[in-house]
Amino acid sequence: MAASAPILSLKAVAKHFGNFTAVDSIDLDIAEGEFFTIVGPSGSGKTTLLRMIAGMEQPSGGDILLRGERINDVPANKRPTCMVFQSLALFPHRTVGENIEFSLKIKGERKEKRRARALELMDLLRLPQSYYGKNVMKCSGGERQRVALARALAYDPQILFFDEPLSAIDSKLRKTLEKELKDIHRETKKTFVYITHSLEEAMVMSDRIGVMRAGKLVQVGSPQEIYSTPNTRFVSEFIGDVNVIAVDLATDGLLKSVSHAGKLKPPTLPAGFVSGHLVIRPEFMRFITTPSEADNSVTGRLYNEYALGSRIQYQVRVGEAVFVVEKLRQQAFVGTLDEMVTIGWDAADSILVTD
Amino acid sequence: MRRPVVLSPGNKAALPVLLFLLAGVVAPLIAVIWFSFMPPRTFSLAAAPTLENYVTIFESTSYISFLWSLALAAATVAVLAAVCFPIAYGLVRVFGKWATLLTLLFTIPLFVSENIRLYGWVLFLIKNGVLLGSLKTYFGVELESILFTRTAILLGMVYVYLPFMLFPLTLGIGMVPNETRDAAFDLGATRWQVFREVELPLSMPGVVIGFLLTFVLAVGAITEAKVLGGQRIIPVAQDIEIAFTYAQNWPLGAALSVLLMLVVGTLVLTALWRFDLDRFLGRK
Repeated sequence: MAASAPILSLKAVAKHFGNFTAVDSIDLDIAEGEFFTIVGPSGSGKTTLLRMIAGMEQPSGGDILLRGERINDVPANKRPTCMVFQSLALFPHRTVGENIEFSLKIKGERKEKRRARALELMDLLRLPQSYYGKNVMKCSGGERQRVALARALAYDPQILFFDEPLSAIDSKLRKTLEKELKDIHRETKKTFVYITHSLEEAMVMSDRIGVMRAGKLVQVGSPQEIYSTPNTRFVSEFIGDVNVIAVDLATDGLLKSVSHAGKLKPPTLPAGFVSGHLVIRPEFMRFITTPSEADNSVTGRLYNEYALGSRIQYQVRVGEAVFVVEKLRQQAFVGTLDEMVTIGWDAADSILVTD
Repeated sequence: MRRPVVLSPGNKAALPVLLFLLAGVVAPLIAVIWFSFMPPRTFSLAAAPTLENYVTIFESTSYISFLWSLALAAATVAVLAAVCFPIAYGLVRVFGKWATLLTLLFTIPLFVSENIRLYGWVLFLIKNGVLLGSLKTYFGVELESILFTRTAILLGMVYVYLPFMLFPLTLGIGMVPNETRDAAFDLGATRWQVFREVELPLSMPGVVIGFLLTFVLAVGAITEAKVLGGQRIIPVAQDIEIAFTYAQNWPLGAALSVLLMLVVGTLVLTALWRFDLDRFLGRK
C-alpha cells in the first residue's frame, strides 16, 4: 500500500483558536483504498482535524493535498470527499430515498436515474427497497446509519470521512455495524477516514490507526503495532486495562520498580533507556505457584474477579498497586478472594515505554 | 352503582384557566356572534334572530375596508419577510455575542406604547419635521412628505409588527442543526441550494408562525391608518369601531366582526393545514 502515491497528504497541518492549539502540526499520508482511523480522547483535536480535511474548517497552517493537489482553499461542496456526521445530519423533512439522492438531485441527475442509484445503494446496505418512500425519522438507529452512509456513497466520493457515527449506538448493534462498515469498505474499495474515541472500535475496522493526543499524532501504525508495540504509556493504556509499572534502569541491566521492592527482567531495552514504564497486557499475566515459573513475578492479594464474556479478569492488589490478569473462561483460575496469589509474566511479553 | 366524578390533579389545575377562558373568551365570542343576528340598532339579545345586518354589509361598500385590511396585512407580511429573514439569519448565525444586544434593541421599543411610537413617526416624517426639516436646513433639499399616504401606513405597520415576525423567524432558523447544514454543503450543494433545500424547509415552523402572527395582527390594525394615514384608508377594524361607537349599531359591528373572524380564521386554518408543522419537523 505504501508503494502507491498517497491519496491524501497532510503537511504540518495546524489549527489554532486564539491561543489554543487544537491541531498541532500534523504530517500524515493516507493510501488509496485504506481504512484509516484516527483515535483520541475527546478534546484531542481529532474532530477539528477531520473537519479541516473535509473542508468545513480552514487550517491555520500547513497544506492538505488530495492526489498531490493542494485543496486548503477548496470549500467542502467542491471537494470530491464526503462525511458521515456524528449526528448523521439526515434531512428530517425528506424520505429515505430523497436523503440518499440528495447529491444526485444537486447535480441535476434525472429522476429515474437517481432512483435507480438509490435503490442500488439501499441493496448494498441491506435496506429493504420498500423503505424508499419511508420518512427517514421513522427509521431505527441502525437503519438511519445505513441511510447516512448510502447518502454519502451516492456522492461517489474519493474519500469518505466518518465523525464517530457509531458513538450513540448501543454496543451490540455497534459491533454489528462496525463489521458491516468494514465489509462496505471492502465492497466499495474506497478510502475511509474514520475518527473515534474507542481504540477497540478502531482495531476492528482499520488498516492503520493514528492515535491523537492534545493535537498531535503520537503513534501511527497497524492495529497489531498499536496493540503490541505502543510507543507511549498513553497509547498502551488507550485500549483498556493494562498493568503499568514505573521503572528505572538499574546498573546491572535489570529494572528497578519505583513503587515496590525487587528487580524486574526487561524486554529488549530501547536505546538510551533510563527510566519509564513497563507495560504488561492482562492476557500475558498468569497465575503461578513458584516465582521461577516466569521471568518476573509479584505476590499479592486476590481482590476480586470480573466476568467479561469469554474472558475473566482478576484484580490482584500488591500493596498500593493494582494488577489485572485475564484468563479465557475455559482456563479460569480457581481461587478464593483475599487469598495470597503469585502472578508472573515473561520479559518478552512486556513492553517498555519511555514516558 | 355510579362512581363519583373524580378530577385528576391535572384537570383540577387546569380548572381555573378553563373557567377564565370560558368567561373571558368563549362567552364574549358567543355574545358577539349572537348580536350579529339581532335587528339593527338594538341593544338587546332577546329579539328574534335576523340576517339583516349581513344583508346590509353585502349591499354596502364595506368590502372595500375588508380588501384594504387584507391587502395591507399581506403587504406587511411580505415586506416583513424580506426584511426579517436576513436579520434573523444574522442573529442566529453571524452576529455571535452581539446577537443578545441586538435582540434587546429590537425588544425595547415594545415597552413604549404603540400610539406614542407612531406619533414619533409623524414628527419624523411630517413636512419640516425631523427628516425633511433636516434635509432642508442642512442640504437644501426639499422633498414631499410621505406622511398621510398609503406608504406611510405600510411603513408604520412594518415597524410595529417587526418583532412579531423577527422572533419566530429567529427561533425557526435556530432550529436548523449546524451539522445538517454542513451535510448539505458537503454533499455538493451551493449556499443557495443549502438554503432552499434544507434551511428554509427546516425553519418553516418559525416562518409559518411569524407569517400568521403578523398577518392576524395586521388585519386588525387600526392606529397606523389613523395616525400615519390621515384617514386616507379606512381599515375594517375602524369600520367595526365606528359601528360600535358613533353609529351606535352594535349588531352591524358584531356582524362585521364575525365576518372578519371568518375570513381570517379560514386563512389561518388553511395555512396551518397546508403547512403541516409536524411534517416539516419529520414527526409524521
